[in-house]
Amino acid sequence: MSLEASDVEKIAHLARLGIDADDIPEYTRNLSAILAFVEQLNAVDTAGVEPLAHPLEATQRLRPDTVTEVNDRENFQHVAPQTEAGLYLVPKVIE
Amino acid sequence: MHSKSLVELAAGLQAGEFSSEELTRACLDRVGRLDGALNSFITVADEQALAAARAADARLQQGEAGPLTGIPFAHKDIFCTQGIRTSCGSRMLDNFTAPYDATVTAKLQAAGAVMLGKTNMDEFAMGSSNETSFYGPVKNPWNTDTVPGGSSGGSAAAVAARLVPASTGTDTGGSIRQPAALCGVTGLKPTYGRISRYGMIAFASSLDQAGPFARSAEDAAIMLGAMAGFDERDSTSVDRPVEDYRAGLGDSLKGLRIGLPKEYFGEGLDAGVAAAVEAALEEFRKLGATVTEISLPNTHLAVPAYYVVAPAECSSNLSRFDGVRFGYRAGNPQDLTDLYTRSRGVGRLL
Repeated sequence: MSLEASDVEKIAHLARLGIDADDIPEYTRNLSAILAFVEQLNAVDTAGVEPLAHPLEATQRLRPDTVTEVNDRENFQHVAPQTEAGLYLVPKVIE
Repeated sequence: MHSKSLVELAAGLQAGEFSSEELTRACLDRVGRLDGALNSFITVADEQALAAARAADARLQQGEAGPLTGIPFAHKDIFCTQGIRTSCGSRMLDNFTAPYDATVTAKLQAAGAVMLGKTNMDEFAMGSSNETSFYGPVKNPWNTDTVPGGSSGGSAAAVAARLVPASTGTDTGGSIRQPAALCGVTGLKPTYGRISRYGMIAFASSLDQAGPFARSAEDAAIMLGAMAGFDERDSTSVDRPVEDYRAGLGDSLKGLRIGLPKEYFGEGLDAGVAAAVEAALEEFRKLGATVTEISLPNTHLAVPAYYVVAPAECSSNLSRFDGVRFGYRAGNPQDLTDLYTRSRGVGRLL
């Protein structure tokens, strides 16, 4: 599978990732090479192979649905770029 | 002092031959003199280290010391450290000081170990050469024209250069094992779930695991013992008791069978590497182990499978760096999409 430059632009847009136009040809080549590389997995017959979820057969641990943390908003928000009245500020989303 | 192992340093501290403050100052002095050429540290935390050393000295005097009390070490800059910058080697987190400690940070602190600072790494732990750090490449102390490996290259180089007797790292697809090999130190990726990943910046969550660097198996065993253990704050942490990893160190290798996957010795193997592996096998044989060739026929699929799992999880994990809650934010965003796009885009540029 080979990507076009427009695919890379679309992926970057979906990921909300700013990229330089000059870099697009290189990204297109690299991503296409990786896709070609992983294509060899398609040739493997995995019928009858049981999926391995964890090397120690561990299962997802659950806990009672109770409050275990105290509110520490101020501590967490002091590293935020912009906050006001305990809220994270971003450009206006809804007019 | 820097030529002593962790075990020897601990014995010296407990016998009162030197204090942790003296040892810490000696290590900091070495970092100051030698790390300019290596760039193994991103942040040196002198003040916090000396305060921790004095606290360790008080514990030593009260006879409450463990094997790591007063021992200087360094953290890979992927472990959150409250009050000290955690950059993950990226411009995105150049301004980030974590509001909490990683479990590994807290555990080593509780053991009385003295953190000298945070070591350099490939950006977001993605790389095998330590050339992709926002803070510049790390050099291999054995030959500064060569790379130390990555992504935990700073931690490996710092131990190899005898700046610290031990350090921490993380390993997703070789990021402890490979730099340990390239720097000639002992490094271990423990079994998934053995060490808590709480507060360890995620790359590929189903593969990430923390581990130690040290100069010997014994020193690494001591570090692993302090880092390991169940943590309810990591949903993938395994609830099993922590063994005494030093217990088996003196055991004979007689009767041990070592399987040598023939697929690992195929095309592209460097002759020098092959000779080094053969020399190690010869040592194991002399110690009583037998070496048997085995086959792992799906070996060639490991890297393609990794290239599906790791990038997918990485894409998911790194989406949190969006300029909203912490880290780099682009100036004057026009709208929310512009805020995300430019914060990530500019944050990525070196």
